Amino acid sequence: MATTEKMILNMGPQHPSTHGVLRLVLELDGEVITKITPDIGFLHRGVEKLSEHRTYHQVLPLTDRLDYLAPMSNNLGYILAVEKLLEIEVPERAKVIRIILAELTRLKSHLVWLACHALDIGAMTVFIYAFREREAIMETYELISGARMTSNFFRAGGLSMDVPPEFEKKVRDFIDSMPGYLDQYEGLLTTNPIWLKRTVGNGVISAEDAIDIGITGPALRGSGVDWDLRRDNPYGGYEEYQFQIPVGDKCDTFDRYKVRLVEMREACKIITQALDRLKPGPVLADSPHVCYPPKENVYNSIEGLIHHFKIASEGYATPVGEVYQGVEAPKGELGFYIVSDGSSKPYRMRIRPPSFVNLQAIEKMAKGSMIADLVAVIGTLDIVLGEIDR
Amino acid sequence: MAENNRAVVKLKEKFASSIIEVVSFRDEVTVTVKKQDILNVLSFLKQSLQYNLLTDVTAVDYLGKKEERFMMVYQLYSIPNKDKLRVKAPVSEGECRIQSASQVWETANWLEREVYDLFGITFENHPDLRRILMTPEWEGHPLRKDYPLQGPDREPYKGRLS
Repeated sequence: MATTEKMILNMGPQHPSTHGVLRLVLELDGEVITKITPDIGFLHRGVEKLSEHRTYHQVLPLTDRLDYLAPMSNNLGYILAVEKLLEIEVPERAKVIRIILAELTRLKSHLVWLACHALDIGAMTVFIYAFREREAIMETYELISGARMTSNFFRAGGLSMDVPPEFEKKVRDFIDSMPGYLDQYEGLLTTNPIWLKRTVGNGVISAEDAIDIGITGPALRGSGVDWDLRRDNPYGGYEEYQFQIPVGDKCDTFDRYKVRLVEMREACKIITQALDRLKPGPVLADSPHVCYPPKENVYNSIEGLIHHFKIASEGYATPVGEVYQGVEAPKGELGFYIVSDGSSKPYRMRIRPPSFVNLQAIEKMAKGSMIADLVAVIGTLDIVLGEIDR
Repeated sequence: MAENNRAVVKLKEKFASSIIEVVSFRDEVTVTVKKQDILNVLSFLKQSLQYNLLTDVTAVDYLGKKEERFMMVYQLYSIPNKDKLRVKAPVSEGECRIQSASQVWETANWLEREVYDLFGITFENHPDLRRILMTPEWEGHPLRKDYPLQGPDREPYKGRLS
């Protein structure tokens, strides 16, 4: 008599559709998944430990490397936490530029999500198109900060420098053409029978379960929960902008796809509003104890040089206390919890990564489905292992 | 401001003996409670006061700075009321354990595993308490203040750190 047994299949950590070094140990009954055990930590670099030994200024480049697809969002979350601790008021121009860049970053991250998600499910054309648009955002990054990915552009009190004059036109041109590109993606996917077969009804998670398991960001809104920190706990000046928050109702992969696409259109609207508000002015607060002096002072006066040297070597002291700042990063709530003991280094810095918490839902979303559907679930969760493992 | 917070008022009514401290700093309200009541406080906040989203569970190591070495930190949001609250509970080094919040929120599962992994705090009634970021055979808990930055059994880093 024939016997049957469950098969254990190892997926990853080197696997093209796990979006990085994610290892999943699958227990299979035929092709149906009966158990998923995620194994993470392959990219653990100890960012939280390292930041306890660096000044507030030196921690900033570490944050670029968390979610490396959305470095400016990480910068923003960290810098807002530090500013909250220091109680610094940021100049208007810096605030507006930060919002433009944060929303461009959202577009950038969502474009990679769309490209890889579609490629995983077999739609290669979208992958090529989305990376074409992402390249334009990377060029904007390079224009302002000199780096394509690890931008390290924000500073406590404002920005590291003003943006060049051609920035505004470059962003405006891109934003004007973006809705057309989004129509192009939707034309390729939204009514595509193969896409619908792979996404509708896949990875369903109810609103109650999603909240219980701590999912945030587009994945939560795809389950019909109207929760967005930009509106519900505003930060960085978002309360002055008009935008819609899309929510799904079927709680499946297709709804999360639609939510993210509408979010990209809304990001374009926010950027347009911000560009209209962009007025000349300072981009760094007048707080000499925290902010670096202008470069001409550093080069031409001994006081400026000492000022620069003091901040670079000693850093700045912060008030004793603890703050938590959550921002709506492209993947969900990215939180920075800083405990200060009054010195120039964080006593403890906790990063609340959205992908880490969202990934926890994978078993609930993919149990009982086929292996091929698991690939779609990994894609729809939009995880980045740099942020999960920190 | 902290005194008028709706959660603080209700918690003071119901858990008067277990509240150690209420602090408001930069418009953020923090309630510190005794660790034996942490599960009751968290369930009460979820069930009765609609703090339905637990965003973060973490710990802080106050080695040599406070009587009780560790502090558990829970960040809560109320989606219906759009407000937030931080709950803390001290954990001593001698009795390095606390009740798991994973019965109240499923999200606490991985977040507590991370605290167990990096701080060595044990969670009672946790469904799956294993290391999560470090390898299973790892010795020590990296985020403790007495754990060397460069790792165990290695020469201290000679370069500049700041």
